[in-house]
Amino acid sequence: MTRHSTANLTQAVSEHDHIRGPATALVTLLEYGDYECPYCGAAHPVVEELRKSLGDQMRFVFRHFPLTQIHENAMSAAESAEAAGAQDKFWEMHDILYTNQQALDPESLVQYASWIGIDPKTVAKALSAHEFEDRIRADFSTGIRSGVNGTPTFFIEGNRYNGPPDFDSMLAAIELAEQKE
Amino acid sequence: MSDSHAYSNASLPTGVLPPGTPAPDFRLPTTPDQCVSLSDFRGAPLILAFYPADWSPVCGDELALFNEVLPEFRRFHAAILGISVDGVWCHLAYAKDRKLRFPLLADFEPKGAVSRLYGAFRPHEGVCERALYVIDANGIIRWSYLSPIGLNPGADGILEALEALIPPQENKTDDPAFDGKSHASGQRA
Repeated sequence: MTRHSTANLTQAVSEHDHIRGPATALVTLLEYGDYECPYCGAAHPVVEELRKSLGDQMRFVFRHFPLTQIHENAMSAAESAEAAGAQDKFWEMHDILYTNQQALDPESLVQYASWIGIDPKTVAKALSAHEFEDRIRADFSTGIRSGVNGTPTFFIEGNRYNGPPDFDSMLAAIELAEQKE
Repeated sequence: MSDSHAYSNASLPTGVLPPGTPAPDFRLPTTPDQCVSLSDFRGAPLILAFYPADWSPVCGDELALFNEVLPEFRRFHAAILGISVDGVWCHLAYAKDRKLRFPLLADFEPKGAVSRLYGAFRPHEGVCERALYVIDANGIIRWSYLSPIGLNPGADGILEALEALIPPQENKTDDPAFDGKSHASGQRA
């Protein structure tokens, strides 16, 4: 009884996802991530480097996988990203969260709204009313069903990437997926 | 249940018990003054998660994940128990530190006795395997899985097994979000 070695994404990428890069990209890199997870924070610059290197060849998709029982601000941070996303500023907030992991308390999250030019009150309201919690939990649920067992978990073209989250290893895996296209 | 009978060394399994096997009964401490038995959980599905040790990195990730997935397990009215050879005081400290909201059982004395019954003991290291079981409401094993010890097995296999437990004629769920869908098999390849 051995484990399936290649877990697959059960929920296909759709217009409901947060997508960075063109739909015509040859390869889709998808991350299930938690803004309070240090490993995700460490992987963020790697993803950014991959995006720079590959340009329009790759698109990046982010789904929430907050481990709320061990990361007390993970859900709020995800909610703030969604609140920003409702005003077309998801990625701006995403970048701020991953580069300010030491300060993800609600006050800081509200403050970040002003950094990206949206009304801090809308973020404060989203956090207090948990306006986006269902969407975040739905992401989490698709992650569980796809075999996500921790964060970050990456999928390249829908196949779980099991290698180390460093630039060279991920680039090689992405290029291999590209060649199959 | 007689402990001496249940923990007899005769014909111990060499791997995880296959689906269809009646789950061996056990009684193990979960706190310094409280024990739980397998039979306490009759009538609803039960997940057993054997893991090597409190505080080890992969175990922490695995149990943290299960802790997070508890609401999904509850949709199936399923309970989950973690089992390792650590003692109750260790479990208490660990569960408190990780904010675990499900019981951890101490298979501590005689060491690994229950894990051995379930084919989930590593005698050379003296710790549990990383093994998962889904047991149905009648105490029959419906899914089992032995994970490589260094790999967090995730929760997708458990959820598929729980879905497969719900026969259409016995769809007792009162949760409107639950679709009652049954996947083809609870057994992972």
